[in-house]
Amino acid sequence: MSTFTMGQALNHGLRDAMAADDNVVMFGEDVGTLGGVFRVTDGLAKDLGEDRCFDTPLAEAGIVGFAIGMCLTGFRPVVEMQFDAFAYPAFEQITSHVAKTRNRTSGRVGLPMVIRVPYAGGIGGVEHHCDSSEGYYAHTPGLKVVTPSTPADAYALLRAAIEDPDPVIFMEPKSLYWSKEELSLPVEAPPFGRASVRRKGTDVTIVTYGPSVPTALKAAEAASAEGWDVEVVDLRTIVPFDDETVVESVRRTGRCVVVAEAQGFAGVAGEVAARVTERCFHSLAAPVLRVSGLDIPYPAPKLEEHYLPSVDRILDAIARLQWDDQPDLVHVGASS
Amino acid sequence: MDTTARADGLGAGLDTPSPSGSVYSTNVEGTGSGYSTNGGGGSSVEGQVADVARLLPSPVPVQLLTADGRRADEQSPYSMPSGERLVEVWRQMVIGRRLDMQCTALTKQGRLAVYPSSRGQDACQVGAAMAIRPTDWMFPTYRESVALFTRGIDHLEVLSLLRGSSHCGYDPVAHKTAPQCTPLATQLIHAAGAAYGERRRGRDAVALAFIGDGATSEGDFHEALNFAAVFKAPVIFFVQNNKYAISVPLAKQSKAPSLAYKGIGYGVRSEQIDGNDPAAVLAVLDTAVEHARTGQGPFLVEAHTYRIDAHTNADDASRYRQPDEVTGWLAKDPIDRIAAYLRAEGLLDQALQDEVEAESERLASDLRDGMNAEPVVDPAAMFDHTFAEPTPQLLQQRDMLMGELHAEGVTR
Repeated sequence: MSTFTMGQALNHGLRDAMAADDNVVMFGEDVGTLGGVFRVTDGLAKDLGEDRCFDTPLAEAGIVGFAIGMCLTGFRPVVEMQFDAFAYPAFEQITSHVAKTRNRTSGRVGLPMVIRVPYAGGIGGVEHHCDSSEGYYAHTPGLKVVTPSTPADAYALLRAAIEDPDPVIFMEPKSLYWSKEELSLPVEAPPFGRASVRRKGTDVTIVTYGPSVPTALKAAEAASAEGWDVEVVDLRTIVPFDDETVVESVRRTGRCVVVAEAQGFAGVAGEVAARVTERCFHSLAAPVLRVSGLDIPYPAPKLEEHYLPSVDRILDAIARLQWDDQPDLVHVGASS
Repeated sequence: MDTTARADGLGAGLDTPSPSGSVYSTNVEGTGSGYSTNGGGGSSVEGQVADVARLLPSPVPVQLLTADGRRADEQSPYSMPSGERLVEVWRQMVIGRRLDMQCTALTKQGRLAVYPSSRGQDACQVGAAMAIRPTDWMFPTYRESVALFTRGIDHLEVLSLLRGSSHCGYDPVAHKTAPQCTPLATQLIHAAGAAYGERRRGRDAVALAFIGDGATSEGDFHEALNFAAVFKAPVIFFVQNNKYAISVPLAKQSKAPSLAYKGIGYGVRSEQIDGNDPAAVLAVLDTAVEHARTGQGPFLVEAHTYRIDAHTNADDASRYRQPDEVTGWLAKDPIDRIAAYLRAEGLLDQALQDEVEAESERLASDLRDGMNAEPVVDPAAMFDHTFAEPTPQLLQQRDMLMGELHAEGVTR
């Protein structure tokens, strides 16, 4: 057992996947000599060769499109978008081609590629460095969308993403790159499409993912002092979505809060709330509430504490779930 | 190195469209060791100037046959293709033209949802397709139906996109041909990646990527050229400059001296050709393919041609161009041009013409018959290819649809 940060776990995941399969190549901006701005690719070019991990021109559409072409010749590319909002120039390549090629070719051409996207805030990043962009990808049929919350999951989900026959958008929560865990690599983990219950509870279910998982767990601990036994479900993969685990939990607890750092309007949290309501209506003692980011562009670093879902906001939502009637539905931190 | 002479040559090439001089010859001959400085040793000013001169296209479009089918007078570094290949390019153009016109007719009968004709661009379609091997990749746009016919892909499979029965009816891997691309220029980066992948595999396959004039304004065009050059990917970017991006004329699209000059800034060797001259298309594409196949990196070709018909059958070209402009280009018809040359050379007689015209009529008839049969589409298959394995949610939606169809009495 050794201590690994999430960044290190991802590095080992890449390293092991590349060692196991010569077809796996890693490329992007500054991923070679520098090892990536978050050092996730540290040492890969040196240890595995510059043809296995290489720097590209600064062109995100080019990076993703190039990976599509390499897939056609049997490679399994892993590419890094340096920051969440920097991926937007590649949006057409991702939505029009990465997502649709299998469908367009009636299954004759799959694109087994992984697009790694460091995302979300909480690190004091300046504008364009803190977007929660998972909703765009999750809304696009043909993309799998994955986001780990622990170093162990980071390793296991990345290995699974690389081995997956479909394109995977691998959302890496920047605020958790330095989170630590005692691990003995390689680690096994539940498969794609399977959520994890991070904390068992009987009164309320928090459904969350990625950067919000530690916050939700802290809130659950704090809630226990108030006498509420809170269960925390970590989705792990947004697409595929694990209705089964979520529904089983909410039907048992009867109350649900969805916590996500992304802005709330028309986002993943709203989708989760709708799915829970459709499937658990007769088990619910109160409306499903969301605690999300605000419906504003991600704010300047000195203001981000007001934007991010906090323990207090989650506790407030849990408290409101005890009421029979909601006085209004201007819920915490999301659109009315 | 005589840098003064190089610089003068460069200036002359940019400012004065003269068919002679050092630019032309340097461009064609410059396949030697100087190319290896690209991305590496070209740090000196002298080296950079030499590289630019060697990358430059001919100051006027390369032409081997005049509009009336005679050998062009000017000396060209490109050799006239063999008579056998010229007969074949003529034959394929006659067939392609007939099928192209048949497709336009099929839109009027509602058999094709839409059809972007390539009439007038026949030499580009056929010549480019003939320049590559079956093991090479092709990255076509929606207008490349005739190029795909020439590649030997089943006509009905080619037309499935435009017919609306599937997004890509043929097997892209079996035919080494990507799906016809509708977004502009996006496929060029795929071509660069595939070409690079082939090279990484140690194979000598190249990628031929089609693009129109308007699409050279797209960002992906520039990213593709840059990636291809940096990674020395064996890809040929083939720009069919047919003078209009739907309704917008080239003058409003680009201020480049020629679209071929867009390659130079990326270190991509470039050439411009008379795209209505089948002999020039074959000769220059041969050179471009050889350049790429022998490890010298990407190559950009701009073919000056003209779209005789509208952008698609849904377009009204009379709104943005004058009839006499079209008439002028009809006089440069690539099929008439090569036929005149072949007759003068004794390579084409009436018997062969009758034979090929009969063949094209037979193929057009087969196409009509194929189009008259309603395509079989399976609604359940919609759910099969979003992912390798459908998600539980997709399986539920498939069950819902099957239930609806069952209730309506539809059985499959």
